[in-house]
Amino acid sequence: MPERFRIGDVVRTSQADPPHHTRLPRYARGATGTVAGLLGRHPLPDRRARGLPAEPEPVYEVRFPASELFGTGDHTVTISLWESYLRVVRQTAREATT
Amino acid sequence: MSADHAGPSAAVAARVRRLEALLEQRGLIDSQDLERRLDAFLARATPANGARVVARAWLDDGFRERLLADANAALPEVGLSMGGGLQEQQLRVVENTAERHNVVVCTLCSCYPLALLGPSPAWYKSEAYRSRVVREPRAVLRDFGFVLEPEVQIDVWDASAETRYMVLPRRPPGTGNLDEPALAGLVTRNGLIGVAPI
Repeated sequence: MPERFRIGDVVRTSQADPPHHTRLPRYARGATGTVAGLLGRHPLPDRRARGLPAEPEPVYEVRFPASELFGTGDHTVTISLWESYLRVVRQTAREATT
Repeated sequence: MSADHAGPSAAVAARVRRLEALLEQRGLIDSQDLERRLDAFLARATPANGARVVARAWLDDGFRERLLADANAALPEVGLSMGGGLQEQQLRVVENTAERHNVVVCTLCSCYPLALLGPSPAWYKSEAYRSRVVREPRAVLRDFGFVLEPEVQIDVWDASAETRYMVLPRRPPGTGNLDEPALAGLVTRNGLIGVAPI
């Protein structure tokens, strides 16, 4: 399975408050950021922590403006996030694949 | 829930001890061997390693570029690796510039490149640092006595997955005549986390 996202894509994090372990930090829920880097593939901790099968999936560096996360601040926060935590908002232009 | 991850480590420690005892009983591991391996890893884990990496990067642009592109692949050039623990860890080195300053945190627990920075300081693991530095990094840096020019953009890196981060600080002015060991001697652990200038 190829990476769904590329550097420059705008993504939104999940809003869910799961009743199990997750590594999507609470302060970054439901937030919009930009993919800034790719960090390889790793099993989703939400499944692994429950002893469920977890195929490695892409992990991304996603950069958020502080104002998006906290409503204030002029810095950015870059968070390592599994693909399952992310939904696409706006993709960068893709070359046609034929 | 992230709180579980950060939560009381006593239960986890008890579970680890129980597992260790069982593995020993069944002859799968040898407790002395385990001790030796842990001691050997910790003896090698020191901020002097991170400092050597930085000094080389300051002196050798080619190394600097390779380090920023793929830190794991570049480390052997200075005789280091991210192995030695239970599994090889992925390292990312992020570079401070005149326009941009980097700070590292793990808000969910205390992830940290132990092999290059040595055991993490107590404040790095504290709730106060972890919750505040993502929210108001400039104020946190000020508490460390580090006042950044207002025009410098701050990027905070939250090591919330499998990658560990280290900051490549800016080379201080007036160090043009220093050799690699002397430059390495200037680099501090806090500088490698991003809470102090070098």
